[in-house]
Amino acid sequence: MSLVRLGTLAYARSGDKGSDANIAVFARAETGYAHLRQHLTEGKVQTGFASLGVTDVKRYEVPNLHALNFVLTGVLGEGGSRSLRIDAQGKALGQAILEMQIEALTE
Amino acid sequence: MREPFRIGNAQAFWGDDPDAAARTLAQQPDLDFLTLDYLAEVSLSIMAAQRERNPEAGYARDFVDVVRSLAPFWKNGSKTHVVTNAGGLNPEGCGRACLELLRALDLPALKIAVVTGDDVLEKITEGKASSFPSDETQYVARDRNPPVQFTTANAYLGARGIVEGLQAGAQIVITGRVADPSLMVAPCIAHFEWGFEEYDKLAAATVAGHLLECGTQACGGFSTDWLDLPDPTNIGFPFVEMHEDGTFVITKPPGTGGRVDLRTIKEQLLYEIGDPANYLSPDVTVSLLGISLREVGENRVEVKGAIGSAPPPSYKVSATYRDGFKAHAMITIFGRDATKKARLCGEGILGRLEKSGHTFERSLVECLGAGASIQIHDKSDLLETVLRVSVADKNRASVERFTKEIASLVTWGPQGVTGYSGGRAKVQDVFGYHPCLIDKQLVQEKMILLS
Repeated sequence: MSLVRLGTLAYARSGDKGSDANIAVFARAETGYAHLRQHLTEGKVQTGFASLGVTDVKRYEVPNLHALNFVLTGVLGEGGSRSLRIDAQGKALGQAILEMQIEALTE
Repeated sequence: MREPFRIGNAQAFWGDDPDAAARTLAQQPDLDFLTLDYLAEVSLSIMAAQRERNPEAGYARDFVDVVRSLAPFWKNGSKTHVVTNAGGLNPEGCGRACLELLRALDLPALKIAVVTGDDVLEKITEGKASSFPSDETQYVARDRNPPVQFTTANAYLGARGIVEGLQAGAQIVITGRVADPSLMVAPCIAHFEWGFEEYDKLAAATVAGHLLECGTQACGGFSTDWLDLPDPTNIGFPFVEMHEDGTFVITKPPGTGGRVDLRTIKEQLLYEIGDPANYLSPDVTVSLLGISLREVGENRVEVKGAIGSAPPPSYKVSATYRDGFKAHAMITIFGRDATKKARLCGEGILGRLEKSGHTFERSLVECLGAGASIQIHDKSDLLETVLRVSVADKNRASVERFTKEIASLVTWGPQGVTGYSGGRAKVQDVFGYHPCLIDKQLVQEKMILLS
């Protein structure tokens, strides 16, 4: 099975909430939603962000928006105001997830 | 049957475009309301620091300039109301400053209301707030020992105080901490005379407020496909046409850049959202799972189907506390093996400081361009990188000393160290953030009509 950049199948938006961040991932085509549901799992996202110290990933399904919403627990360390990172507020996480490789959509 | 009405946003945060309110009103003169949001999670701690230096401060002074910029519209008969949380820690002070300005500008008839009661610093210091229990929110405070000395503690109030102000005839309502969407919910309740238990309608207005609260983000700002937006530098601020049944259309003024379509609205709908079935606000608990979106014209998206239920019995509280000092220093390293050199330089800086007796509670070395934010790809073969070194500690002197160390790299570091033109890094206050809950019964909301 061939892999593609997630950004070819989806767009995304990330934001902060205390020390957690959320990343919403939206299927570009309605038909892509089932594919994302199948392949973009909590485990895959946690592995992708392991280097940022993510301890837990919770995935919420939002079928009416063809979206998956991931909450990354503890990804911002101790919150946007204390974090020393250049991306203290998780603003780059949406762009980061779109760089992940995912199984290509089969026709 | 009440007519639909129009509510816009012209400020997403303290520091957003100060000319947006006047410009938006010139572009869209029939706006009934403008909402202006000034308060992020730790904004109040910055206002607390300002108030320590001047007891009359403690609010977003920029808002007074916004009022000045809107005065010509009101003089020409504009009926636009303004609802804002610019009051910060001192809504009355902010209101009085605006009142004084309106008098000086010969607009004494405009009424200003302020809403207070969100400041719960005393109560939380007495131990009356609980830590975040997990059944009330998905964001659980983890292993955080409540710090002793809070700088600020403010409850996110709901729409009630603002509604009272509008019912009393105020043209401008100034609050301290309120939930961002309540700036939108209140005008809807006042206009349509909705009941506080018509939860589906309050849910619709909360969703509208959530879409508006980040200003231009609803029009394609911060979106994935930003490069494809028409005229992004001229991006418009969004506004909503709200109908009595809670159905609304979100759009932007004619002639502005950006785009309002399914993609931009979907992205903003889930911005900073946890569980989409339980979006908590002091007015209503909202499920986003019934929402349907429809493009009903160019840059026009109709939103319906938000589902509301009773709000939680507690207010969320944002408490902040002083937590030492920090500094960030940046310098560019150009040339072969740039990342390797930069990392060695960063660690070297910290090592040299340690030798002279300065250690730090926390420190971080980042090589920007090499995957500092996006660590999914390893880019270790860069020809240039920006070295960013950060430290944090309770001891201000050590952080200060750090800011004097980085420049020495220019001579002891590798060939290709450059770009040290920004001057010495600044020592900054660190504020810790402690979210918690307080029983609504313990909070006395109060509306004051200024005269």
